[in-house]
Amino acid sequence: MTQSSIESTPARLGAISLRGVGILFGEGSAAVEAVRGIDLHVEPGEFVSILGPSGCGKSTIIGAIAGYTPVSSGQVLVDDQPIHSPGPDRGVVFQQHTLFPWKTVRENVEFGLKMRRVQRVERRRIALEILEQVGLADFSNHYPAQLSGGMQQRVSLARVLVNRPRVLLMDEPFCALDAQTRLGMQQMLLELWREFHMTVIFVSHDVDEVLFLSDRVLVSSPRPGRIHATLSVDLPRPRDSLVLTSPEFMRLKRHAMELIGAIPEKPTARAN
Amino acid sequence: MRSVVLEGSVELPVRERAVRVRSPARARALRSIAVGALSITAWLALWQAASVGEWDVFFRFENIPAPTEVARAALDLLANPKLLPHVWNSLQRIFIGFSIAAVLAVLMGLAIGRLRLAGEALLPPLEVLRPIPAVAWIPLAILLFASPEHSMVFITFIGAFFPILLNTIHGVEGIDPRLIHASLTLGARPLDVFREVILPGALPAIVTGLSIGMGTSWFSLVTAEMISGQYGIGYYTWEAYTLQNYPNIVLGMVGIGILGMGSASLVKWCGRRCMPWFKPEANTR
Repeated sequence: MTQSSIESTPARLGAISLRGVGILFGEGSAAVEAVRGIDLHVEPGEFVSILGPSGCGKSTIIGAIAGYTPVSSGQVLVDDQPIHSPGPDRGVVFQQHTLFPWKTVRENVEFGLKMRRVQRVERRRIALEILEQVGLADFSNHYPAQLSGGMQQRVSLARVLVNRPRVLLMDEPFCALDAQTRLGMQQMLLELWREFHMTVIFVSHDVDEVLFLSDRVLVSSPRPGRIHATLSVDLPRPRDSLVLTSPEFMRLKRHAMELIGAIPEKPTARAN
Repeated sequence: MRSVVLEGSVELPVRERAVRVRSPARARALRSIAVGALSITAWLALWQAASVGEWDVFFRFENIPAPTEVARAALDLLANPKLLPHVWNSLQRIFIGFSIAAVLAVLMGLAIGRLRLAGEALLPPLEVLRPIPAVAWIPLAILLFASPEHSMVFITFIGAFFPILLNTIHGVEGIDPRLIHASLTLGARPLDVFREVILPGALPAIVTGLSIGMGTSWFSLVTAEMISGQYGIGYYTWEAYTLQNYPNIVLGMVGIGILGMGSASLVKWCGRRCMPWFKPEANTR
């Protein structure tokens, strides 16, 4: 499906900058600081992961870039435009169960097009084309509850890709899947990333996963979440599952494990 | 297809076992039907004995019509359908009162569940009115409306309104916020979110509220008809009492039961038709 009718966005879009971003939940004395002082720059088309334990504010950063979580201080910029609200240029794939249960697979995928008031026939054609790409064309009339977890996540990806986003934000999208399904999903994601020319920010607590996928891994520390180390993953692309057992991968993995295990008391910002 | 090589002696036990495996389930089903039928018959027989024998042990069966008398009255009614205009009147009142309640309660529930200001403005007065049973509104309703017809529709409305409202609010508040986030990041505007996420997301709870509301609106209507009505199945039942036509009391009661059950299942059936995706058991997955 290389002669895709969905136009490719120019590859140079999708730069993300976070400048001193802090996020508080709640008000007054009950306020909880979710993240503090996040500085981050992601190049267009880059695949960057945020690695850290649960409760380190990884999902909060996704929410801030997506635009549905307001920042308390600092600024979020996508292609130099400050972000204040959600938009279809920044797609989000959540952990699980965020397909609309009352819509069929095809209607879920069509959602973004429907919001743009695309004609019904056109909508259907584009949705089926993307479903073909994620291997679910035969399931277009199923409801999400009738699909396995892996299939549901493929639909979630298709639902986002239909909007041709500049930025794809992924919040532990594969963490509920079994190991084999997971590897298949990771490979599919890498293919889609290459084909759709988008910037990906991928949040996970799985070291293997972020190393296999990313150009760069940001290691974050628990509350308030901060980024305390950066790891460049210079494994050659395209990558297949063989890379998971290579000596180079093992070296990176060991380094990453040291970084997670050695979170200092007062983290010093070494990001970038 | 079984291979020809197999001997009959092998084949037979296999088939026998298959029959034996299936039969306990069928036997259990038959038994439960038989037990149920037997139980109903026993209760009817007890009632018959009590009425014919005019039992007077705490319960006075002296004036209670026996099942046979009720059956005879039912046959009379089939020959001369005096009950139909009453049923028709009640159905009309239910339809109008329930429909107004459904539309108003769903709209208000969606607003209260979603908009903070609507909740702040509307909830306090509603909380004050909610504990008042619909029946307690009857005297005021008679004063409030010129026609008793209107006051009865109003009582029906009150009966249906609160269950629908509360379930709608509950349904809206129970929607996973990630579904709303997902819709926003896919380009939905506020009105789209309402139509595409809030309304379908709250629909299972709304349908529950509608079927509960259907029951309570019948309950309220029958009471209102007994007190202030002219025509209507509640009025018919009460009139049977005042005219000392006792078998018709039971007929009226049975009619109320059938109408209430029928309309509640109609609501449930419509709900299922609207939500082919909704499987209450499978929903935990």
